[in-house]
Amino acid sequence: MDLLPTIWFIAIAVLWTGYLFLEGFDLGVGMLMKAFARNNTERRVLLNTIGPVWDGNEVWLLTAGGATFAAFPLWYASLFSALYLPLLLVLVALIFRAVAFEYRGKVDNPRWRARWDWAISLGSLVAAFGIGAALGLTTTGLPLNANGDREGGPFAWFSAYAVLGGLAVVGFSLLHGLAFLALKTDGDVRHRARRWFVRLLPVLLLPIAGWAISLQLLSGEMWTVLAVVAAVVAAVLAWNFARTGAEGRAFLSLGAFLLLGSASIFGAAFPVVLPSTLNPDFNLTISNASSSDYTLGLMSIVALIGLPLVLAYQAWTYWVFRRRVSDAHIPEAHSFLPAIAAKALAPKD
Amino acid sequence: MDALEIARWQFGITTVYHFMMVPLTIGLGLVVAVIQTMWHRTGKPEYLRMTKFWGKLFLINFIMGVATGIVQEFQFGMAWSEYSRFVGDVFGAPLAMEALLAFFVESTFLGLWIFGWKQLKPGVHLACLWIAVIGSVFSAYFIIVANSWMQHPVGVEMVNGRPVMTDAWAVFTNNTALVAVPHTIFGALAVAGAFLLGIAWYHLWRRRHDGIDTLGANGKVVPGEAAIPGRDSTDHAVWIRSLRIGAVVAMVSFAGTAITGDLQGKLMFEQQPMKMAAAEAACHDGTGFSILSIGNVGSRNCDDIVALIEVPGILSFLAKGDFTTEVKGVNSLIDQYKADYGTNLPDNPIYGERAGQEIQYVPVMEVTYWGFRMMIGFGGLAALAALVALWVTRSGTVPASRGLMRLAVFGILAPFGANAAGWIFTEMGRQPFVVAPNPDSNGIDQVFMFTAAAVSPGVSAGELLTSLVVLTAVYAVLLVVEVKLLVKYIRGGVVAAMPELAHVPADENEDATPNGGGPGKPGDADDVLAFAY
Repeated sequence: MDLLPTIWFIAIAVLWTGYLFLEGFDLGVGMLMKAFARNNTERRVLLNTIGPVWDGNEVWLLTAGGATFAAFPLWYASLFSALYLPLLLVLVALIFRAVAFEYRGKVDNPRWRARWDWAISLGSLVAAFGIGAALGLTTTGLPLNANGDREGGPFAWFSAYAVLGGLAVVGFSLLHGLAFLALKTDGDVRHRARRWFVRLLPVLLLPIAGWAISLQLLSGEMWTVLAVVAAVVAAVLAWNFARTGAEGRAFLSLGAFLLLGSASIFGAAFPVVLPSTLNPDFNLTISNASSSDYTLGLMSIVALIGLPLVLAYQAWTYWVFRRRVSDAHIPEAHSFLPAIAAKALAPKD
Repeated sequence: MDALEIARWQFGITTVYHFMMVPLTIGLGLVVAVIQTMWHRTGKPEYLRMTKFWGKLFLINFIMGVATGIVQEFQFGMAWSEYSRFVGDVFGAPLAMEALLAFFVESTFLGLWIFGWKQLKPGVHLACLWIAVIGSVFSAYFIIVANSWMQHPVGVEMVNGRPVMTDAWAVFTNNTALVAVPHTIFGALAVAGAFLLGIAWYHLWRRRHDGIDTLGANGKVVPGEAAIPGRDSTDHAVWIRSLRIGAVVAMVSFAGTAITGDLQGKLMFEQQPMKMAAAEAACHDGTGFSILSIGNVGSRNCDDIVALIEVPGILSFLAKGDFTTEVKGVNSLIDQYKADYGTNLPDNPIYGERAGQEIQYVPVMEVTYWGFRMMIGFGGLAALAALVALWVTRSGTVPASRGLMRLAVFGILAPFGANAAGWIFTEMGRQPFVVAPNPDSNGIDQVFMFTAAAVSPGVSAGELLTSLVVLTAVYAVLLVVEVKLLVKYIRGGVVAAMPELAHVPADENEDATPNGGGPGKPGDADDVLAFAY
């Protein structure tokens, strides 16, 4: 009986969905730093909408990774080692992005800021694409041998599904970022974000729809197909809400789209966690890749206590910082006023 | 170099680097939380300034720990997939718990602290910092539980060739972890202590150098005021308090590392006797502790080593708490290890070209011997310096000597060195095992893994080399950026972290209102992002 592995398959699907829902918008806002924001004040508006929450959002990625390691070590080992180079890119992108958030405003110099703006934009783009590619491939398969190791060299993972998954998360994150900005800002940024959202929704959701539908063709079931249909309805609702200016409902509808889309994708993949494109006998499934029932039971208790707590205090954070941010809130850049002449530690008096 | 060696270099470099940021985060976080508590209790402006100044440096450093921490979790799967498969049932759980129960808390509540100066009530705002800091301590606990299982595997049973967790309580109360956790926390506090001491010394010295503070006739400091924002007499209080807090923290934490380190050593003599013998370059059974051994310590050949100065009895004391028990040396341990775990690596494809090779049970003694001594030496040096610093600054300021100031500033590096040396010692001393065998319990001593079997079989040496080069280059660039920013904000003094000091006339009572500013200040209502990006 695979009860606990099934529960943990669902738990990991929930963690990834939570990650995409939360970090999705801060990745999107990050990507929009260059393309959307017109000047430094607008960039600071963008940054400050996600400032208090992006780090907490990113922990969802670490938790999804850690939970995969704990609950399905063979899935974790095969997926992460097979995708060595793309995950390296994701890591470098996440490193630069994180540091850029913190360091961008620490020196009052346009060139310094411009560099970190690129780090945020490109870092967000590359991270979203890489994570999307990894998620796409874990549902569609990698060339794994009997031991679960990748065959065919460093780029054997590359396929149309990698690109599709990458584009799916990039597109969704961009749209989600626009929805978040429309909800969290005021003035010109808010209205522009809403306009962009309405105009770009059909294009940006196309790849994720493509991913969900191709998975239905590969291994869909009745309920997962229905979930795809419901997701499309949610997307239409989101579009309509945004058009009529109901930003909160647009954001929530897009969230529902993600939830349904993700359910359709993971549901169709179940019970395979990572197919082998070389031989279906080498597929990693919830039965042959999971930890012992003892470990899964322990982790279940931990998750039952931990996850509601996380949801509660993260929700509280969003409540504390519920105010819309606009140009008017952005204080002047700190002109750096050193109390001490910069010659400290210099050899001569 | 082959894939295994590249992967080991990568793990070593990324971990030691990550563990430069981590102890400063843990240690400085605790210190800032205490300082903000003092401000909350007393309302004294110097404590607010200290909170903002040290908090700023804390954040500049914190983000680097976050950024480099993700690499740590990912690279087990990426570079060490065989290891991950072997240990996943027991090793993944503490990692997942770290994220779910500790790191979430730390990240979320730190975000609240950074951005919540105006939005939250002062008590709630302070509580957020405490919660974040306690989160970071729990983080350390879970990671060390995972690491300690590699040093001393407990609570498992072998099923189909893999260890399966049977006793979570044993895993999470592993005695190796219970002593390593306080050792690590004290080590982190030592870093923070020296950090405060060195930087505060510099600022006190600068105030004397610029003629703001002078010495009175009784030899005591006369704090002065300069017509520069932030360089008033409160500024003097900021630095002298910081210096004293730093010195006390440095001394207490050294005592703490010494006591916990001694407990750790005694455990390790039982759990990993070869590591401790190699730490002493003790080739033959005996009781003496080597102060200086010469010869080719790195040759792993005991015949090349001569113990030049040896204190009899001390080794026995470190190991057993008395002065007479014979401690087994490397030579007799080699035979024991060979008998227990084999002379050659098995003929299994998992070992690649190393299959069938003779097993080298002695770790690189150059590293264990000197790593052990550097850890203790740097740690002791910092504590001694802190004691001297307290004595020298009893006048209320530091001597005018530029050389002493430089020494204090460079002293910041000593505890970093001690931390790095300690980890390098304990990780390299565990070789050739990635999961060291547990010699003292019955039945589970089959739970061990040679490092040679741990690397990802599907990942090429080229991929590993790419990531080694990329990560090292990225880390090097970011280290330069971080240090530059730290230096900039350190030189800037309090006003760099509190630009409001430059705008508001020096009315300290305003700062004393534990909300950053009174209601009468125009513009504050909109300035919701006072501490933001």
